[in-house]
Amino acid sequence: MEGRKMAIIATKGTLDWAYPPLILASTAASLGYDVQVFFTFYGLQLLRKDLDSIRISPLANPAMPMPMPMPVFVQALPGMEAMATSMMKQKMKSKGVASLQTLRDTCRECDVKFIACQMTVDLFEFDKSEFIDGIDYGGAATFLEFAGGADITLYI
Amino acid sequence: MQFDKELDARGLSCPLPIVKTKKSLNDMLSGQVLKVVSTDSGSVKDMQAFSNQTGNPLIDTAQEGGAFVFFLRKK
Repeated sequence: MEGRKMAIIATKGTLDWAYPPLILASTAASLGYDVQVFFTFYGLQLLRKDLDSIRISPLANPAMPMPMPMPVFVQALPGMEAMATSMMKQKMKSKGVASLQTLRDTCRECDVKFIACQMTVDLFEFDKSEFIDGIDYGGAATFLEFAGGADITLYI
Repeated sequence: MQFDKELDARGLSCPLPIVKTKKSLNDMLSGQVLKVVSTDSGSVKDMQAFSNQTGNPLIDTAQEGGAFVFFLRKK
């Protein structure tokens, strides 16, 4: 699909939401798309140097498959978030699912452009040193210039 | 089936079989054949879609001990 473009806006930062933009970006790039991903709000978490901080909570996640029914008050107990995160990562590893790091590296190798939303970086007072190198910082207008000509635009 | 390079993608899930196939083809010369072995059932359709979209013909498919085997020729 040479000549085709894909734009993704990544707004979420939990483990379950981290996969879709990275999988789609790396796959599209492998198929010849020119891909740009705009990370804003919680999506900025996916640009951190260390991705181990990406977590998932069982709390208020009624669609999450669980080994046994779990009442809400149990989901809210200390340690449950860490347990859910660790169990999900373990399951992914055993099924041969790529790590977020691997997917992100693949994106970089396939020349996927990462843009961090300057406004939300300032909003949350993040420091650029917390993020990976080689990313652009920009605003909506910059990203829309690319997205306006994209064949596929996704909001995640 | 003759092939020039083999990619063992067994045990890997989407999108790795496709992404690694692309990477393997990058280093190959036009006309060479890549053999990909995968255990991901989704890769059957994915490999065809990859072939259609990138123009690298999928010249043959096979099954080898429970795994799916694909032969792609670099365009």
